[in-house]
Amino acid sequence: MRPLIAMGLVAMAAVVSACGTAGPAEPGAGGVKVWALQDPVLNPIEQKSIDFFKSGGGNASLETFGNDPYKQKLRVAIGSPNAPDVFFNWGGGNLKEYVDAGKIADLTPVLDQNSALKNAFLPSVLDGAKIDGKYYGIPMRGMQPVLLFFNKEVFAAAGAQPPKTWDDLLALVDTFKAKGVQPIALAGSQAWTELMWIEYILDRIGGPEVFRNIRDGKGQGWKDPAVLESLNKLKELIDRGGFGTNFASVGYDVGGASTILAQGKAAMHLMGSWEYVNQLGQSPDFVKKGSLGWVAFPSIPGGKGDPGNVVGNASNYYSVTSGSSQVEAAKKFVSTALHEDSYVQALIDAGDVPAVVGVEEKLAKAANSEYTTWIYGQVKGAKSFQLSWDQDLPAEKATAMLTQLQEFFLGKVSPQQFVDAVAAR
Amino acid sequence: MRTQRPSGWYAVPAYGFFALFAVLPMVLVVYLSFTSWQGLGTPVPNGTANWSRLIADGEAHAAVGRTVLLMVVSWLFQTPIALLIGVWAAGPQRSRAVLSSIFFLPLLLSTAAIALLWQALLDPNFGIAAGGTQFLGDPDIAIYTVVFVISWQYIPFHTLMYQGAARAIPASLYEAATIDGASRLGKFLHITLPQLRYTLVTSSVLMLVGSLTTFDTVLILTGGGPGTATRILPLHMYITGFSGFEMGYASTIAVVLVVLGTALSVAVMRWSGFRAMSSQQEGS
Repeated sequence: MRPLIAMGLVAMAAVVSACGTAGPAEPGAGGVKVWALQDPVLNPIEQKSIDFFKSGGGNASLETFGNDPYKQKLRVAIGSPNAPDVFFNWGGGNLKEYVDAGKIADLTPVLDQNSALKNAFLPSVLDGAKIDGKYYGIPMRGMQPVLLFFNKEVFAAAGAQPPKTWDDLLALVDTFKAKGVQPIALAGSQAWTELMWIEYILDRIGGPEVFRNIRDGKGQGWKDPAVLESLNKLKELIDRGGFGTNFASVGYDVGGASTILAQGKAAMHLMGSWEYVNQLGQSPDFVKKGSLGWVAFPSIPGGKGDPGNVVGNASNYYSVTSGSSQVEAAKKFVSTALHEDSYVQALIDAGDVPAVVGVEEKLAKAANSEYTTWIYGQVKGAKSFQLSWDQDLPAEKATAMLTQLQEFFLGKVSPQQFVDAVAAR
Repeated sequence: MRTQRPSGWYAVPAYGFFALFAVLPMVLVVYLSFTSWQGLGTPVPNGTANWSRLIADGEAHAAVGRTVLLMVVSWLFQTPIALLIGVWAAGPQRSRAVLSSIFFLPLLLSTAAIALLWQALLDPNFGIAAGGTQFLGDPDIAIYTVVFVISWQYIPFHTLMYQGAARAIPASLYEAATIDGASRLGKFLHITLPQLRYTLVTSSVLMLVGSLTTFDTVLILTGGGPGTATRILPLHMYITGFSGFEMGYASTIAVVLVVLGTALSVAVMRWSGFRAMSSQQEGS
């Protein structure tokens, strides 16, 4: 009964917000209200940036929420009198929905007036919150490209090298299957882990333009032949047993896929850069003895995409709500507190790779420098950084796509059926 | 002497809460079902677009099918077990109290805890059936696994109902049957079962309507997966509304759920003659 009641309450919120032309909130005692995700590592750092802001005479407070409830709460709150002044987001199509609804303040003038601020961030990452030529967010944490992790011990035991090309990857699948090791770990009960595969394959085969057209509703969209070709490639990998047989009920949040990689039951794992920190927390010995390896996603010969391109989450951003009574203070907060040295250093110390120009030296001095320097170089050298599709598409399209993708991985939907189904939405 | 009835005003808080938290949201959900609303800004009326979409939506139809399957299988699985344990637990055996307390345990755990527990227990790599049958990963099996977990949680509750009702059956009926030379099975079939028929109705209504709106267990245990194998209607509504943010269409699904749930309980009541309930207790 609970979801029904939830629906009902949402309905009430809708009508309440529709009736009252609810004005902006009174300037609260807490100053600029900042909303962010609950994260034991990140939250103290976020608090630090607020303290920094306060020391400069500003006033702000931090509120945090769990992942899924956050997205729902934000949705309902934005446009209501309880909206935050500054909020954590993922940029891309997700943010675009709020921008289109006129709820987000344009930060372009702030960046234009302050070239030091604009030049402080890597352009490809700053572009993650650029919508219709305007900037709506400032990067506030590390970059999270997706990369291929592997277990060095398992590779050594099989006398294998990490894959450089797609054919290498297919050959490795056979090698590891013969050894009784699952070639690739996949947390398939959560569709976004499956999404990473098709994101990279399509980028390698058709280049980043294909998905941009899909997102912008241009050209052939999903009907581009590169999409079908990519799905066929992926199907070959699935049918060959690349992901083993039981991925459908393996969960990422409960550590299912990461653990089998660390235990040597699986050889490779395609995951966001946060996987390193995750492994360091869950299987510290595995990381500390140097068994966790990483490479870029293999190239696909003959494909149009640059093998240096990356996909993933460019960063997370702070955006300012346009209805806020404290727009100016909020703009001041995001333009001063997010690239100053102590904040950047705190992110680096936490194992993050900030999207700030010229942090190579700092990275080299900090812990895990081999990994963080590699990530920084990888993103800096990338011609394109495609945001995860589920963040870059409007929510209803993303949800429908993820459903189809899970069916596709189970073999219930063919490549052609996938294309037809998502193109119809 | 005429009994003084309490003033009708005493019922106001109850009616107030019911109106505010049940009737009003329901009315608004019906309104939203005729709008398009992404959760941002103001709902835009779009006529019957959501309803025609529902009629053409294969995913929603499949979800209704799964919900009915879940409902029927749940009932078929839970009722006999709850009935037998309940009747047994009403007896005078020595081990009864201890075992009944143990059977009762699952009911004391929270739904979320139960779902997480079974999820860990059935993990494909580290669970009890690792490497064997994929109880949560096989699209053909997953829904039965869900039924099993729900049953594991709720059988104790229904057992309790049957136990209470079986205790209330007058001992004189059994004594008379014993004198007439009835067997144990005969007594169960001809005395216990008929005497429990209203409990059976109550328990069935709770089970059927409960299954129709089952949500939390499925969300945590499988999230509707693998693929859409366990995406029942309430979950389909949740995913549409809170992942896809299509609140208007999700409200349409919610209206269907309300109608189905109400129709189901009315139908069971009518069909079973619940209103005409009588007691065969002495003196009444």
